[in-house]
Amino acid sequence: MIVPSVYQVESVVHETEDIFTLTMVGKESGKGFCFLPGQFNMLYHFGYGEVAISITGNSSDDTVLTHSIRAVGNVTRAMQKMKVGDEIGVRGPFGTSWPIDRTGCDVLLVAGGCGLIPLFPALYALVENRKQFGNITLLYGARSPSDFIYQKQMEMLKGRGIQIELTVDKADETWKGRVGVVTPIIKECVRKPDNTLVMACGPDIMFRFAVRELLEMKVKKENVYLSLERHMQCGLGVCGRCQVGPYFVCKDGPVFSYAQLEQWLNIKEL
Amino acid sequence: MENRFLYCSKEQFERLLELIGEAGYRLLGPKLHNETIILDRIKTARDLPIGWMDEQDPGHYRVKRREDNAYFGYNLGPHSWKRYLFPSKEKFWSSKKENEHLEIIPEPLDSEKRAFIGVRACEIQGLRILDRVFKDIENYRVRRENTFIVAVNCTRCVNTCFCAAMGSGPKVTGGYDLLLTEVVDDRQHYFVLEVGSEAGFKICGSLTLREASDEEVKTAQAHIERIQEKRTVDNANIHDVLMKNYEHPRWDQVAKRCLNCANCTNVCPTCFCSDTQECVHLDGQAVDRWKGWESCFTQWHSYVAGVGSVRPSARSRYRQWLTHKFGTWWDQFGMSGCVGCGRCITWCPVGIDVTEELAAIERGEQ
Repeated sequence: MIVPSVYQVESVVHETEDIFTLTMVGKESGKGFCFLPGQFNMLYHFGYGEVAISITGNSSDDTVLTHSIRAVGNVTRAMQKMKVGDEIGVRGPFGTSWPIDRTGCDVLLVAGGCGLIPLFPALYALVENRKQFGNITLLYGARSPSDFIYQKQMEMLKGRGIQIELTVDKADETWKGRVGVVTPIIKECVRKPDNTLVMACGPDIMFRFAVRELLEMKVKKENVYLSLERHMQCGLGVCGRCQVGPYFVCKDGPVFSYAQLEQWLNIKEL
Repeated sequence: MENRFLYCSKEQFERLLELIGEAGYRLLGPKLHNETIILDRIKTARDLPIGWMDEQDPGHYRVKRREDNAYFGYNLGPHSWKRYLFPSKEKFWSSKKENEHLEIIPEPLDSEKRAFIGVRACEIQGLRILDRVFKDIENYRVRRENTFIVAVNCTRCVNTCFCAAMGSGPKVTGGYDLLLTEVVDDRQHYFVLEVGSEAGFKICGSLTLREASDEEVKTAQAHIERIQEKRTVDNANIHDVLMKNYEHPRWDQVAKRCLNCANCTNVCPTCFCSDTQECVHLDGQAVDRWKGWESCFTQWHSYVAGVGSVRPSARSRYRQWLTHKFGTWWDQFGMSGCVGCGRCITWCPVGIDVTEELAAIERGEQ
């Protein structure tokens, strides 16, 4: 867990202007990766450094490891230029996972921007056990229509009993759907507040408003799960960088229930 | 090994350090350097700051001559033993690129045998804390297992000490291989030695030390018990006090004084945050990954690409340090992160006193 293993890039897909997807296999193992939906890896790019990136793709498919990455810092911008055959270091998996074993309830997934990436393995796991859940809704907001990722995969999910609601911050002439942030739409998506499980990933500000909406509707805070992003280097709770109150996001999270975070999330600059 | 008090003369003490060296340990201990008592390699007991003491106050440190030739007549300098178990900079691992192939090269474990000479009670608590933080980190564990500890009971304190309040001192209770209490007055100069481990027993075996007399032991104990510390912390309640006071106005007030220089985290024996840097060789074909100390007082500490620093203000960074050290550390590791050594008070360039800040918050003052 201290030094990475070498993986080889098998495919590169540029999903949007700044989000790209790498699939890779272990150079020695020839295989993908065992992980739980919601967990993350530390990815190492030679000459640039290491970054914490959530694992996406289907966790029951161990032939390939899939990472979707937003080019936003020095390392990820360099990774965006990677080609098939390039080699990358992988350390992980780290952290907690989404509560996909909580069957018998409605599920609402709320994604803001690249927050969809760590939620996707949960979606795969939910459709595999589709009958064990009630309504499953994905509420996904992006900056503009061209910022939606995984369009093809979302079509597949629709065909397998997942309701999808999309919204954009800023529409263009092609867009006929909703405009605005995800929070006001949450109300429409929750039919049984006392029996709905929520999994959300997006910017901190989205959590704040989404949680307020959900709690007003009497969704239980124990049933609301959030995945946090913080500066991370070690993944082992020893570099000290990802602390949120008493938690190390890398090992106590990244997936937390709101019951755990309630006391902390509203403190500014924590 | 029953708890016995042995008499150790000055000459026997000097021989003891030789024996530790002969057993293959690298001797590390206090040394006078640039008018500061630091920790460094020592060759013999003569390298210790014999006859020196320190004077410490908020933002103030001076060494002074003593009237005797005590080996351990001072308290603490800016260095803590953390530096040998969790170095301020070390190569973590490396990588190479050859014909477009990536190779990862782990660093070998550091199994050098080291002897820490003159470890104070608060420092032993510091090691206990680091043992918990780094319990799953192999290179820490290996270094720790290869460390021989010669502890020393303090027989004086400086104005910045508050180990009694933190329950870590001044008397050493466990965690050592050998423990010394130095007695020096007009009439006599000797040590009372206690053995704390099999390794310690083996090393002092050839010294043929006699049992210390009741009088000698009593004098030594009295030297420890005479310590009266000036500062205190309400250790039993401070966690709960801090958890309720994240928006206390005192944070704004202290932020006006705090320079965010990170001196306090650098001298702290338990601050464990680190930063790993990618250092590329000039030919571009190899990389060393260097890990070093990092401080929660920097903006980079909490920087998230695309978001910025989670703690952009001095207020939030000071609050993170203090609430972690005295508060959330309990939630994370079941103990306080503070040992009461007072270094952060002494080495703060503007003399911010954590005990005063905590008390002000507890009293509800601005």
